[in-house]
Amino acid sequence: MSQRVRRRYLALKVLSEQSISKRDLVDAVWDAVLQIFGECGASQTNLNFIGYNQEKNWGIVRCSHSALELVRASVASVTEINGKPVAIDVLGVSGTLKALRKRVLL
Amino acid sequence: MRRFVDLHLQPSVKDADQVEKMVSRSYKLGYRLVGISLPLNTTRDKVRQLQGICKNAGIDLVTRVDLTSRSPRQLLDELRHFRRRFEVVSVVCASKVVARQAAKDRRVDLLSFPATSFRGRFFDYAEAKLASQASSSLEVDVASLLSLRGFSRIHFLSTLRKEVAIAKKFGVPVTISSGATNTYLMRGPYDCASLALLFGMAAPLALRALSEIPLTIVERNREKLSPDFVAPGIRIVRRKEGCPSA
Repeated sequence: MSQRVRRRYLALKVLSEQSISKRDLVDAVWDAVLQIFGECGASQTNLNFIGYNQEKNWGIVRCSHSALELVRASVASVTEINGKPVAIDVLGVSGTLKALRKRVLL
Repeated sequence: MRRFVDLHLQPSVKDADQVEKMVSRSYKLGYRLVGISLPLNTTRDKVRQLQGICKNAGIDLVTRVDLTSRSPRQLLDELRHFRRRFEVVSVVCASKVVARQAAKDRRVDLLSFPATSFRGRFFDYAEAKLASQASSSLEVDVASLLSLRGFSRIHFLSTLRKEVAIAKKFGVPVTISSGATNTYLMRGPYDCASLALLFGMAAPLALRALSEIPLTIVERNREKLSPDFVAPGIRIVRRKEGCPSA
């Protein structure tokens, strides 16, 4: 019997003066992961975008439990999207979506 | 619960609005004590105004000065003049002789090195040995890491990895600060700890570099600057009536 995959859900908040689309955010995070850890590192993250609210500028991403710090470092390293300065904060991390939503009050 | 400290914010102190924004963002990110880099000619009124802004945001302000001396002589003169006016003194080591002088001087709290000039980073074995004897810390700014790209960042990470390993070997404390000039370069303490993994600092060590180590520096200096301080471990607990206060 195979072991259950352990995952982590991260709630992200984008700080920017402009409106950021989901596509822009996804590209920026993937670019950061690829730049810092390369394709091999990116393949280990199992990164997946769960949802994004463009009005409130928050989103949820899912990654592998073991790659949490990689993803967190990559997200923190994003400084611009479409040439405009941005900062992405991790509001909270949880093992389940339910707990994350409850904790971060999204 | 950990009390996180960001010892290096670099807003334009003339712009009260920007200071307010950065301080309130610091609070939201989870910091409870911030150090703002002040010019050498900062007046007491300005410091009081900044303390007011920080107090309103629920944050404790630490006054800090960055000395950019060109020679050991100039560094000694500046330390003599400014040590007692600021709670934290950092020296930006632009040359090897200044770096050595700063490392062996007990009045220096933080040693910082220019991020862009890789030949200008002199934190080697000799520097670390002197710094460990004088109990000064190596400062790493996250903003430098965020603003560099490509080869420069690769080189910077490699240099930081070496410096952190040397610091660990000689027992030199490392502090991680934001070094942010605007709100977009500020990151939360756990994000900074994740970024520290990139240059070989394990998470527990990085979290200490963001909380206990800078807090120890601030507490030590506040005690020294207190009028009741006599010598390390000795302080005035009560004054007899009629004695002039210090």
